[in-house]
Order: sequence, then structure tokens, then C-alpha cells
Amino acid sequence: MAINQEVLDEMLLPYPDKVQKNRTKHIVRKNPEEGCQQIEANTRTVPGIISQRGCCYAGCKGVVVGPIKDMITITHGPVGCAYYSWGTRRNKARADDITPPEQIYGAMCFVTDMQEPDIVFGGEKKLAKMIDEVVEMFHPRAVNVCATCPIGLIGDDLGAVTKKATEKHGIPVLAYNCEGYKGVSQSAGHHIANNILMENVIGSGDAEKNPSEFVVNLLGEYNIGGDSWEIERILHDIGYRVQGVITGDSSVEEMKNMHIANLNLVMCHRSINYIAEMMEEKYGIPWLKINFIGVEAIKKSLRDIAQVTGDETFIRKTEEVIAREEARVLPVIEHYRKICTGKTAFAFVGGSRSHHYQYLLKDLGMEVVVAGYEFAHRDDYEGRSVIPTIKTDADSKNIPELDIKPDPELYKEAHEHLNLTKEKFDEICSRVPLGNYEGMYPDMNGGTLMIDDCNHYEAEQLVKELKPDLFFAGVRDKYIAQKMGVPAKQLHSYDYSGPYAGFNGAMNFARDVANAMTTPAWKFIIPPWEKESENKGDINA
Amino acid sequence: MLECVPEGPVEHTIGKINPAKTCQPIGAMYAALGIHGCLPHSHGSQGCCAYHRMHLTRHFRDQVLASSSSFTEGASVFGGAVNLKTSIKNIFAIYNPEIIAVHTTCLSETIGDDLPTIIKQSEIPEGKRVIHTNTPSYSGSHITGFSNMVKSMVSYLAQATEPVKKDQVNILPGFVNPGDMREIRRIVDEMGIQMIMLPDTTGVLDAPQTNKYALFPEGGTTVDEIVDTGNSRLTLALGSWASDAAGAMLVEKCNVPCIPLRTPIGLKATDDFIMTLKEKCEVDVPKSLTVERGQVVDTLIDTHFHYQGKKVAIFGDPDIVIPLTEFVLTMGMIPKYVLTGTPGSRFETEVGKMFEEYQVEGSIAKADGDLFELHQWIKEEPVDLLMGTTYGKYIARAEDTPLVRVGFPILDRAVHPLMPITGYRGCLRLIEMVSNTLLDRRDRDAGDEDYEMVL
Ligand code: SF4
Ligand code: SF4
Repeated sequence: MAINQEVLDEMLLPYPDKVQKNRTKHIVRKNPEEGCQQIEANTRTVPGIISQRGCCYAGCKGVVVGPIKDMITITHGPVGCAYYSWGTRRNKARADDITPPEQIYGAMCFVTDMQEPDIVFGGEKKLAKMIDEVVEMFHPRAVNVCATCPIGLIGDDLGAVTKKATEKHGIPVLAYNCEGYKGVSQSAGHHIANNILMENVIGSGDAEKNPSEFVVNLLGEYNIGGDSWEIERILHDIGYRVQGVITGDSSVEEMKNMHIANLNLVMCHRSINYIAEMMEEKYGIPWLKINFIGVEAIKKSLRDIAQVTGDETFIRKTEEVIAREEARVLPVIEHYRKICTGKTAFAFVGGSRSHHYQYLLKDLGMEVVVAGYEFAHRDDYEGRSVIPTIKTDADSKNIPELDIKPDPELYKEAHEHLNLTKEKFDEICSRVPLGNYEGMYPDMNGGTLMIDDCNHYEAEQLVKELKPDLFFAGVRDKYIAQKMGVPAKQLHSYDYSGPYAGFNGAMNFARDVANAMTTPAWKFIIPPWEKESENKGDINA
Repeated sequence: MLECVPEGPVEHTIGKINPAKTCQPIGAMYAALGIHGCLPHSHGSQGCCAYHRMHLTRHFRDQVLASSSSFTEGASVFGGAVNLKTSIKNIFAIYNPEIIAVHTTCLSETIGDDLPTIIKQSEIPEGKRVIHTNTPSYSGSHITGFSNMVKSMVSYLAQATEPVKKDQVNILPGFVNPGDMREIRRIVDEMGIQMIMLPDTTGVLDAPQTNKYALFPEGGTTVDEIVDTGNSRLTLALGSWASDAAGAMLVEKCNVPCIPLRTPIGLKATDDFIMTLKEKCEVDVPKSLTVERGQVVDTLIDTHFHYQGKKVAIFGDPDIVIPLTEFVLTMGMIPKYVLTGTPGSRFETEVGKMFEEYQVEGSIAKADGDLFELHQWIKEEPVDLLMGTTYGKYIARAEDTPLVRVGFPILDRAVHPLMPITGYRGCLRLIEMVSNTLLDRRDRDAGDEDYEMVL
């Protein structure tokens, strides 16, 4: 099912002129004859529009640094921002050999709770004192301090406070100037978080590489509902060692030594591509975009990784694990596929998920007819080849780009990291998309829509027009869709289910999606007395 | 879980660890959703609005629509006037609400945007309204934000247009669930009294599934009704933190007398509510309510041994926590720790008085507290039961103490926003929750020889 251009144009008509002009550029109806069509992304939200976007703080604290389990994250600001980002992303974490239970702070929420006098006279002293108290009470390995909107305005010098605290307590105390108004969405916060972690954490450990191991990092995987545990299970079964995950169930201890990896695996491209690139510049470690959502996608990702190792054992083991897992999960998925086949869906999620989940839906025989990101950049839609053509505007200029130089001791060429000859490496590169991401665009069908920063009005109109069978979005949109009679699932929190990644995840997802559509209540919406009765009026019939 | 929390007394003097309150705008947004055809608008960067909508949605499991001025760095430096004017224009063009209720955020407060002036300069279509309230989160809490918005509704809209007051009562229900608002309305209806509830989120946040989508659901107090609150003969302000300010404004602006009352949670507060209505409106209490009340007393007598003498920690919003404390005292329980995150020493005085009245010794009442503190006290001296929001669940697990979920927010349980804790039916529900939670615990802990069919 597809939408035609006239309907689309008509949909935008009620907008005031300026809004119409703006929004038109954010909506692309795929026309396969036109080559890769350009979409506008990562630009300002229209004021007054009911957007799905959040803020820079949410991207930094909420997404990237909040889940680091052995760090205490203090939100510097009034109480709200901290409160709403407390436990809400379901980033699961557990104790292990490296991180004992008393060093896991995920259930806690720390905030300076700025009061009026602090806003007037500045909150630096308060922050410094809170860091002192918290360090004395909890003895964390490291502390994050995240700024909220008013902090930037009153000019508290987070850097100075945290620098002093670092010296005083002998642990890293890191400052993130991720005030909510920076950039145009969460995206700015991801970037800021990436920068600080790269500058202060990654590479600060002194672990040595064990040459007999093939070590990978999992970047941009947040362990929502246990996703990263399922991915790690599969990678371990094949024989890889996972040094660390950023930032699902991750610890500073593990992140410090991420530089010993042979290869970086990038799950969520949007939130983490910066670290992947910076590690490539600094250490020469190559990265590979992967996707562990959906059986076909997992198979491709696993095979790509095995290819990159150039190692026959990994290649063989990969096929064994795939065969074993498929034998187990495919029959289950097939059961649900019967229910799902031929159905259509909308997918509106933050960064990469709106793309990733298309594979899983394809496995179930479903088609995504409208897909959009909340806070993506053009490359997430059109692929990385457009990066050089993206103009930076005032809103993104404020986010510092780190000037990364090759590490004088640790930098090695990519093929050396992979223990390959240059020739072999080049040959593999021709087959495997190392260091590349093609974006969502190639996977959309002709006539389907890509919408950047889709807002409530557009979503509502499109649901009316296309009547999808399922609506994937965050919690704010879920109930809107359901009130329109369309089953909806939260793809940020998975409706408290999961994991959805990996082979087990594909099974869980298939079950949850099928259940969402078939739950008996959908049949009961119209009360019997409002239904047309065939023999109405004749009580004897 | 929570192995990181230190044993023994610790020095915690700055900021909040595991806060028991949140910020003002979410309360303002909730209140604004209780006006029919209203789009709440957050004047600041869009993150706040996203967070507030997300949190309300999680609690109510229903749609929460609100727009934002979407500040970026430029607006933060040069002021948000342009963003607000553009927003107002776009909102009326795209969503066509009856009224926009603007609230500020920390950001727009810190830069000092002058909202009344900006609103005056905005293009507002004929017959439509824009109201605003100030909700800087560096003071107060979500409750203050709620209170500010309700007060603004009155100050913008309420008018004494009739020469003689009408035979109707204003009920300010405070920051409670739609289920509670429905229950309060039912009681007033049973007594045959005309009323205007302000705000009224029934039909908005507990909207039925009808297969007919509406951007603005049927519920909510209409603008005309809000105007008409100025013509009522009386206001009952339920819960002083959330409702007093609006009540006082109705006195000042429209000369409608106001009686402040506790939120009708528990036997005594419900009695007070009904007695006030009876006396002020000169009506008889119908048999049906007398029966309901009798059922509560009967149940209290039948169940007292499930909970009497048990120690309980209560935390949450002051207007909920105070009458709830009173009710558990009525039940013969001991409120050991009573804590709210909302600042204001009045809270401690009021709860302290109840401790005295019921001769409870060694209990603590604290305003502007946090859950880390509460946890420290519980570690020092445990309780049998926790009553409060979802955020108590970590303490519940760490200390193996059961939790009865009441108040805002409850993010991890379903159906609660539709089920009242107010009125006599609310009493029954509270007794049921407390009793059954303690009985479940007893079953769980029982050895085989003590595991019984009849409890
Ligand atoms: S910036 Fe202020 S208003 Fe916004 S979420 Fe944070 S505390 Fe609340
Ligand atoms: S998948 Fe989306 S929501 Fe998740 S971290 Fe990436 S950008 Fe954010």
C-alpha cells in the first residue's frame, strides 16, 4: 500500500505557509526512478507543533551516559529533568566479575535540585558539595555531571567544578554541557556524550591485547529489555570476546580498555557513530555497521563480522550458530508469521530503530509504509555518502568537534587490527561495508514515505489515510494510535518486554506483535446496541 | 538491589537523591488537560515538554497532547517571544483548540520572558483564548505547578457576571486521578447539588475506546463553565497545596466564598466533605451514602486485625499523604515515616498534629524530603508497609517491605487512574489494598505448617 503525491500534498495544505514549506522538505515519497532523494533532517522543530523530539540532555544523560552502571550521574539543575530520566529507558544492568553489586547505581537518581537563590547566585558551590557528599557516601569509580537548561544560562562553570573534584577525589568526575536547548533534538546530546567519553574514558585503561582473541566492542547498544545480553550471547557462542558495550550494562572499567578491540560493531549509528569514527582516527580500529534485529539481518551481520575476521574458524562457527539458532526459532516465528503476513506498519522511533525493525517486520511478512526518525541526520536516511554535503547550521555549530590525532603508540592500520594482509583486507572491503552505512532509504519500497521529525498532525492524517495494521512509536504516540483503532507498540521500551534483539528477541517480537494485533478486545469496541442488527425491530425473529 | 546504599547514618545535606517530587510544569500540564478543548503549551525547549508528556502518559496510559515553543540556543539568548507567537499562530491553525494554556519552564523563567505581554501581542482568533502561568521548577514541585495553573484559569477566565449567585458549587478537586474526580462528582450528584469541577480530567485521561478518535476528547471543564465559576455560591477547595490558591482567587476576584478541605481520602475527610456540602447547601445526605459509609465502618471492624498496629511509611504529594495518614491512623496503623518532596513546613505541622492527636510517638514527618532519606530511616528502623508512588519500589525490594501504590506517579501498574481512593468507595479500596498486601506477605512468609486456608 502506498500513498500518492496528491494525497500527501493535500495533507499539508492546512498548514500555515511557512510550516508547509518547512515540512515539505522533511517528507520524501520514495520514487525509485529519482535516485536517492534528499530529505531535510536535524534542523529546527517548528514551534508549536506537537513533535516527538526531546532535548540534548535527554540524548546525553538519558541515552548515552545514564546507563553506565558504575558511574553516578548527577543532574545539575532543578529536579524535573533528573526525575524523568530516572530508570525510564529500561537499560538493564547486573553485577559481574568486574562490577560488584555495591557499585551499581542504576536504581538511583541524583540531582542538585536547584532552588531560586541558586539560580540567582549560581550553583557551583552546591554542585561541588554534592559531588563531595556523594563520593563519600557511595565511593563510585567515576561521576558524571550533566547540565540542564538553566545551568547554561546562569553560566555555572561545570568544567572547573569537576576538574577540582577530580583532583580532590582521585576519580574521574566528568562534565557534560548538554543543556536541553542545545542543537535541535537529542542528537546534540549524543554527540556531546560521545566526545566526553572519548576524551576521558576510552583508552585510559592499561589492558594488553591477548593476540589469541578476536575482540569486538558493541557500540550504540543500550540493553533495553536485555538486548545486549542476547547479542553478546551469540557473539560469545561464535567465539568473539566482547570487551565492552556502549552503553548497555556497561562499566567504566570495561570502557577504559575498549581501545584493545580488533573491530567496533555499530548498532545504533545515530547515537554512536562519533565514537566509532574517533576510535578509527585515533587507533585505526575499523568499524562495521551491524543490525541484530530480525533473523535475516542478524545472519547478514554475523556473516559480515566473520568475513572481516578473515578467519575460517569464525566463518564456520558462524554458520553453525546460525543453523542451530534458526532450527530453534524459525518454527516459532513461522507460527506468528501466519498472523502477521500482509499487514502494514508505521515506524517512528528515535534514531536507528525505525530502520532496524524493518528487517524484523519483513521476516514476519509485514511492510513498513511510513517510517521516520525523531532526531536523525540526513545520513541516517540517505547513507553516509551524503555527509560531506551536509551544511552545518547555527544549531549544530555549537557542538564541539574533537580534533583527534592518531595515537603515537597505539595507532595501527585497519588491516593490522584485523590481523590481515593489506591485500586480503582490500579484498574483504570490496564485499563487506566496513566503515559505511547506507541508511534507511535503500530499504524503503517505491511509494512509501520517509518522514523526518514526524509530528502528531501528520501521523494522524496518515493513519486515517493508510490505516496501517500496526503503529510503532514511543509511549507518547502509542495511545494516540490506539484511540484511532490501530494497535501500537512502544519501540523505545518494548512495552516492558524484550529482548527484541538477536534470535531470541526475534521470537519475542513476533509473539508481541501478533498479540498486539489479535488481542480479543479489538473486537469489542463497538457495543452490541450500536451495531446494525439484521433483524432489528422484530423481537420474534 | 540498592547494595550501593550505605549502611548507617550518612551526611546528605545537598540536592536530592531519589527525589520525591518533580517539577512544576508537569502539574500545570495535567491541570490544563482538565479544560475541554485545551492544548497545553510548554514555553521552553522541547525536552521538558517531551518529558512531561511521557511521564503523564505512562501514569495514565492515555494520550497526552501538548506543544512546545521548541527553543534552541538562539531563543535562549534572545528571548522566546518569537517562538511563542509563532507557536500560538501555528497551534490555532493546525490543531484549532478552544484555548491554549501556556506554562513556562526553567529556561523561559531564567531568561525572564514576559508572557502576558507576548500573549497580548499574539494573533488570537476570535473567540479563542490563551492563558498562562509561571512554573519555574527551581521552586515548589509538580503540585505547585498544578496549583499555579488552576489559579491562572480563575484569574484569566472566571467572572462574576450574575447579580445573584447561582445555586451551584465549585469543586476544586486538586491533583488527583480522573477516577477520583469521577467519584467526587458522583457523591455531589447523589446529594443533588449542582457543581462545576475545576479542572476535570475525566473523559480526557480516562477516555473510553470508541473507535472515534478525537484530538480533544469530550471531557474537561468547558471555558464557559470556568467563566461561570465566578457565579457560584461556594467553592470547596480540596487539598490545600493544589487548590487553595485558586480558591482564594475566586474569593478575591468574584466574591465566591471558599472552604478549604482535605482531599476526601479516608473516612474522616470524606465525612467532612459530605457534612460541608450538607450544611452549606442545605440538603439531606441520601441513604445511599449512609449505606456506603456504614459499609466502610463494617469493613474496618471486620478487617482490623490484618493491619492494626502495623507500621507504615507514607510518601508522595501533601494533599494525598495528609488525609492518607489520617486514614491509616483511623485504621489503627502507625504512620512511622510520613514524607513529601514538596517543600513547605505546614506539612510537618499538620502531620505532627495528627501524631499528637492519636498519641503516636517516635514518628517522623518531613517536607522537602527525598526517598534516599526515607530509605535511611527504614534501614535504621524498618516498617511493615510502604504506601506511595512507584518510586518506592526500589526500597520495597531492598528492604523486602511490601508497597501499596497510591498517588502520582504510578508507572508500573495498570488500572489505578480509573479507580478512586477518594470517598467511601475509595476507603474500601484502600482497606482492600492494605489488607490484601499484608495477607499476601503473610502467605508468602508462612512455613508449610502455618500456611492457612482461612485468614
Ligand atoms: S528544565 Fe526545568 S521544567 Fe524542564 S524538565 Fe527540567 S526541571 Fe522540568
Ligand atoms: S535506536 Fe534510537 S532511540 Fe535508541 S539510542 Fe538509537 S537513536 Fe536513540
